[in-house]
Amino acid sequence: MNIVVVLKHIPSVADELPVRGNQVDFDSVDFVLNEWDEQSLEQAALIKEALGGTVTAIGVDVIGELDNLLHLALAKGADRAVKIAADDAGADSHRQAKWLSEAIRPMAPDLVLVGVQASNDIDGQLGPLLAAYLDLPYIGVVSSIEVQDGTALMNKEFAGGFGARYSVRLPFVAGVQVAPKPPRYAPVSKIRQIAQTAKIEVLEPSGEADSGLVFRKVAPPVVSGHAEMIEGSPKEIAARLVALLKERGLA
Amino acid sequence: MTIQEQKAVVVEKQRVVVDGVDISGHWNRMFEQRTIFEYTPEQIEAIASIAGAESFAYCYQCAKCVPVCPVDVVGNYGPRKLYRYAQTGVNLMESPELWLCTTCANCLRVCPKEVNMVEIMPAVREQAILQGKFVPPELQQAFENTAKTGNPLGQPQRKRDAWIAKADVPVPIIKDLGRPVEVLWYVGSYPSYHPRGVDAACAAARIFTALGIDFAILGKEEKDDADSQRLAGEKGLFEMLAEYNIATFNKYEWKEMVVTGPHELNAFKNIYPRYGFNRPVVHYTTFLVRYLDQLKPLLKHPVRKRVTYHDPCYLGRHNGEYEAPRLLLQAIPGLELVEMGRNRQNGYCCGGGGGGMWMDSFTAKHTRMRLSEKRAMEAASTGAEVLAVACPFEVSRFEDAMKSTGNEHVGVLDILELLDRSMRGEEAAEHPQPS
Repeated sequence: MNIVVVLKHIPSVADELPVRGNQVDFDSVDFVLNEWDEQSLEQAALIKEALGGTVTAIGVDVIGELDNLLHLALAKGADRAVKIAADDAGADSHRQAKWLSEAIRPMAPDLVLVGVQASNDIDGQLGPLLAAYLDLPYIGVVSSIEVQDGTALMNKEFAGGFGARYSVRLPFVAGVQVAPKPPRYAPVSKIRQIAQTAKIEVLEPSGEADSGLVFRKVAPPVVSGHAEMIEGSPKEIAARLVALLKERGLA
Repeated sequence: MTIQEQKAVVVEKQRVVVDGVDISGHWNRMFEQRTIFEYTPEQIEAIASIAGAESFAYCYQCAKCVPVCPVDVVGNYGPRKLYRYAQTGVNLMESPELWLCTTCANCLRVCPKEVNMVEIMPAVREQAILQGKFVPPELQQAFENTAKTGNPLGQPQRKRDAWIAKADVPVPIIKDLGRPVEVLWYVGSYPSYHPRGVDAACAAARIFTALGIDFAILGKEEKDDADSQRLAGEKGLFEMLAEYNIATFNKYEWKEMVVTGPHELNAFKNIYPRYGFNRPVVHYTTFLVRYLDQLKPLLKHPVRKRVTYHDPCYLGRHNGEYEAPRLLLQAIPGLELVEMGRNRQNGYCCGGGGGGMWMDSFTAKHTRMRLSEKRAMEAASTGAEVLAVACPFEVSRFEDAMKSTGNEHVGVLDILELLDRSMRGEEAAEHPQPS
């Protein structure tokens, strides 16, 4: 099995997002690994443990700090680390997908895993775009991928609590919603050991793509309403709650 | 059959007469022969070969460590027992015993051979973690939180100084102050985020202000000291944060650092020097006791309570501070200080050290009761109405333990909170001004 896992380095939403001009002020925020990529990395490690093979971690180095994530991926079981040195903090899914496709195509992967979405743009487009550029099928919002005889079995989530089980022939691109197990912890001791010796392959961004979108204005959301905090004794609070529920026709 | 699996077989003859004396029944009870000396040195050698864990092999099994081991009091533990398990072929690296030691150092205090669990445990745990052996999931969560958010509670960094809104006094941030200060106060993770920890932080801010101390905090730049994570085996995480913290500390001009917690004291005073940080650090009790003469007139309101004091392992045994906390408590008018049986050098561990803070559920499965519960019962048995503490781990640990052992009538307060109550009066302290 030749598995490629795509890692996306995105601004941390744990911090307040400062805005400068028509874009997030990328110099003033911490960048973190997209949380869905943690799931796809775990899923890749589990498939490798079950079947053997190699896991290649790859990402676009948007701020010059991707090495940390690649060391983390190596500590969690990846065998090879590749970065596309772009130095473009605002690179959107279209551009990243194009660059990634050019880098991944020569790797001839059996399976490409991406996080189903990322919390920076939440457009969920990196996977489908990458699949289109690679001319591979795409399936998104999947969990629990099991590979057997050139075919992968997996669950796919739909809206309204529905799910389906799919069988897809390799190779393909999957947008991972969740791994069957919580992502493993990589000890910092191990990551630091790896950082001493790890070789990271560096590629230049190749190819051009554009989403066609132009930012007209970027602004923090305006607070429009407030939650009503009910105060008083438990009895008074209960009475107020009952009154509210009646008022809204809910009781 | 391994030595561990051998059971002592009791032989008892129903009727025996020796030299005319009838020794029938239990008078002639004997053990059948069994192997007690045959052992394998491999497991002991394997542990002692780990850098930092060499002293494990020094043990000559005098067993002085066992009765002073806080885990043995509520379970079956102690360095000598771990040595014996290793002799009988148990691999410590894969055994739950690896995670039970709280590094409280009471064994080291009595050990004639200086078998040092405070160094053995982190070294062996680190190897277990690196080799992918079992690590209690709740501990891994604390590691993960610390790595991602800079504190074991997993709270956002930007809220690190949110507590200052509740302090009723201005709490200057050193970055905003833009000038040197006398005292850099390292608040710590639990006083910054845990609701009961915040109470102690607010009390400290008011006391420092009342004493006219020129202090500032690091605010959003402050991150966990990670000493307990180191003792739990995550040296890399510790080093990562130590590098960050030292760089942050050295960005500013200050004369002395005051820490709220004994674990931070241990980190900054004893361990960070290995990483090039050599500036003066004191625990708040040591610091405040210097101001006793100025403090006493401020303690206007009597606190008429019978109070017992719990020595934190990392303030007492590890750093030798036993008297300052007691002097502060005795300075409070109306307060009666009583001692528990195990105090000072022989203080009983709350179970929170060495990563135990984040392994409560795991430890509970391997002990008869939690260490904090044992200590809560000891405190209650003195007739105390308040258990005073000086470590931010302890307030929540002991409050839970008081509830689970049916001792809710015993309050748990940080010394800072008691001083603050005496300064402001009980009512003011219990109903702080809304900010």
